[in-house]
Amino acid sequence: MDGADLSEALAAAVGTAYRDGTALCIRGAGTRAFYGRTPTGAPLEVGGHRGVVDYEPTELVVTARAGTPLDEIETVLAANGQHLAFEPPRFGPGSTLGGAVASGLSGPRRPYCGAVRDFVLGVRIVNGRGEILRFGGRVMKNVAGYDLSRLMAGSLGTLGVLLEVSLKVLPQPAAACTLILECDSAKALYLANRWAATPVPLDAVAWHGGKLYVRVAGAEAGVEAACRHIGGERAAECDTFWRELRDHHHPFLAAPGPLWRLSLPPGAPQPELSGDWLLDWGGAQRWLRSAEPDGRIRAAAAALGGHAARFRGGAREDEAFQPLPPALFALHRRLKDAFDPKRILNPGRLYRDL
Amino acid sequence: MEFPIRAGADSAPPSPERRRRLLRALRAVLPAGALLSHVEELRPYECDGLSAYRRLPLAVALPDTVAQVQAVMRLCARERVPVIARGAGTGLSGGALPRPDALLLSLARFDRILAIDPVNRVARVQPGVRNQAVSEAAAVHDLYYAPDPSSQIACTIGGNVAENAGGIHCLKYGLTVHNLVALSVVTVDGERLELGSAALDAPGYDLTALLTGSEGMLAVIVEATVRLLPRPERAQVMLGAFARIEDAGAAVAAIIGHGLIPAGLELMDRLAIRAAEDFVHAGYPTDAAAILLCELDGTNEEVSERIWAVRRLMLECGAVAVRTAQTEAERRRMWLGRKAAFPAVGRLAPDYYCMDGTIPRRALPEVLHRIGELSEEYGLAVANVFHAGDGNLHPLILYDANRPGELERAEDFGARILELCVAAGGTITGEHGVGVEKIDSMCSQFAAPELAQFHAVKAAFDPNGLLNPGKAVPTLHRCAELGAMHVHGGRVPFPELERF
Repeated sequence: MDGADLSEALAAAVGTAYRDGTALCIRGAGTRAFYGRTPTGAPLEVGGHRGVVDYEPTELVVTARAGTPLDEIETVLAANGQHLAFEPPRFGPGSTLGGAVASGLSGPRRPYCGAVRDFVLGVRIVNGRGEILRFGGRVMKNVAGYDLSRLMAGSLGTLGVLLEVSLKVLPQPAAACTLILECDSAKALYLANRWAATPVPLDAVAWHGGKLYVRVAGAEAGVEAACRHIGGERAAECDTFWRELRDHHHPFLAAPGPLWRLSLPPGAPQPELSGDWLLDWGGAQRWLRSAEPDGRIRAAAAALGGHAARFRGGAREDEAFQPLPPALFALHRRLKDAFDPKRILNPGRLYRDL
Repeated sequence: MEFPIRAGADSAPPSPERRRRLLRALRAVLPAGALLSHVEELRPYECDGLSAYRRLPLAVALPDTVAQVQAVMRLCARERVPVIARGAGTGLSGGALPRPDALLLSLARFDRILAIDPVNRVARVQPGVRNQAVSEAAAVHDLYYAPDPSSQIACTIGGNVAENAGGIHCLKYGLTVHNLVALSVVTVDGERLELGSAALDAPGYDLTALLTGSEGMLAVIVEATVRLLPRPERAQVMLGAFARIEDAGAAVAAIIGHGLIPAGLELMDRLAIRAAEDFVHAGYPTDAAAILLCELDGTNEEVSERIWAVRRLMLECGAVAVRTAQTEAERRRMWLGRKAAFPAVGRLAPDYYCMDGTIPRRALPEVLHRIGELSEEYGLAVANVFHAGDGNLHPLILYDANRPGELERAEDFGARILELCVAAGGTITGEHGVGVEKIDSMCSQFAAPELAQFHAVKAAFDPNGLLNPGKAVPTLHRCAELGAMHVHGGRVPFPELERF
């Protein structure tokens, strides 16, 4: 399959940076450059390190280099009726596999099938010393050694440069249908969590502007039965809605100005914060446009058992993610040092002192 | 009969005077009756499910509050006493094997289900809660906890997390790591940390995932929040009989390639089929070279649709017969044979040795063929049972430990099988863990810089190496010792448990 293997060159570049103590900013297609704190350091371009290296549909596993565009992987999978079930957001053209894993973000199907970290089976990385290491594997079950491959998901490149990722893939559902119901946010949260506690084949649930969008998917007959059970109006075409929601091209998410992401227990009531909301993940992921101070938003999320991230915009020199308790943060620093003793990989991107 | 202890750079017990002093200090932070120190009290803790290895601990602590666990950890850190956490002790790789210089920290008294939250579909439980008890407690809400290791009536959640336990429904519902949302842990120096959150993710590194499967090497789990799923409306099992094992393998690929994800997909070879049939009369076709058991679950409509698809695919792949269980009793009977496969095979020879490699499914015919050749080379029979859906192979090597040299031959044979799994692109352990058993085989799977990275991660949690020393990750200069799960005359520590 086409592509280029730049593993050795990337490892050598990190090795040189390690000896010189040069900070590196890992960059694929740059579609997630907005995420986290402001990137600093010399660019380490991984976009050229690309290509699907192994894919056998009946194994339900795909292995690709980190710079491979997600769309390229999806095209290969779709030819065999499979897909990346966690629906990695794209944010822009050329969005890569490495960025999808490093950012740890998942799309609307996440609550019903799992997050990117649930689908990571193995990785090849360059650690902060310039060593190429392989963890996990290309099989479904593997408990040999610590699970350092899942640890990469969401670590924003601060523990290693991803070279290659093996992911579990799943069959695309045979049938899917989106239903639209009119209700307020409280009713939406109630319904989403009530359905999720029954065997209805839910596939995505989002709410915005007084409308609840429910996608059910699976076997033909099962989807039909679920539609009758849920009710509401059947949408003629809804792929666009879900894709725009996934990639943040939905007008609410794409608008300028700070965007907050609140990750909450799905059944938690709406926090008492002024602003406009879009609910996704059946209530577990809530997007907020608000002029409330950072501290108030974070406190409200924490009070409900969750956390808040300044997802896009705002003061990027401040912390983007919910600050950690001191003992937990100290452990994060020791882990960072275990992979990257000179703290040269994406320093400060996840937290200021990490 | 006991086998000599081979694994783990052993450690001398403390001097009598130091031992007395440590016991006195431990008694001061534990309630009455929560510290065991006499040999007859320690004996039940000398091994876990891997009974080939037995050692007495320095003492056994049985705290019942997190504050006591913290006090014990602080004391042990100060005194540099190693600590080995233990749940129900049903693990199959010796992860909870004691050492004479180490305190065994039993979490058995942490046996309360703290909360069932039917709205958010989670259960907050103490680590000593039995796996099956979670589903039982959630049943009133029509919810259940999906991971179902074969020892689920006895094994506990803390141990499940430490080993990332699997079961027969992994392909569709995942391992422990996929069904866990938060952990509360106590670090080696007695600090309590909250990992994960009540939401679907947490800020910072995914330490919940890192702790899962870490075999008690990084921290002591004192609470877990697990995900609950709605009970499927219907579950149905089908049995396909095949004249050639390759055809059964092809059927597995065809089912999955066709876009079907069964809840369970299990393959047994001729020796395993006959042993199971003789033992429990499950109604298996004893003339078949292989059988495939396929469980489908979901809504009524989904299951009906998929049964026909699976039936057709099995027949297309050369199944000589396909049967669908018509009643719940028949469904249970079909599973009974599979679940009784280990004890059934145990009746064929005085001893058996269970392997736990995982391979890419496409390598199955080749790996089984090579296992067959090795079986002739070593002169030892092998029965194969296989979690075919997720590639997890459990070859059972039959031997007789009373025949001189046969034990060693079985061990060598086992190590060769694990090398075969690694060479096929797989792994040395799919779900039983490394523990002491497979510590040498870790060297065939990982290169030195990778092992060094594991040790660096360990040091970030436990700089003095006090948590479960000598397990899971071999030192760089010690990659040589052998171990195994040996069952002599069926006398395992938990003979009543199903093993599959």
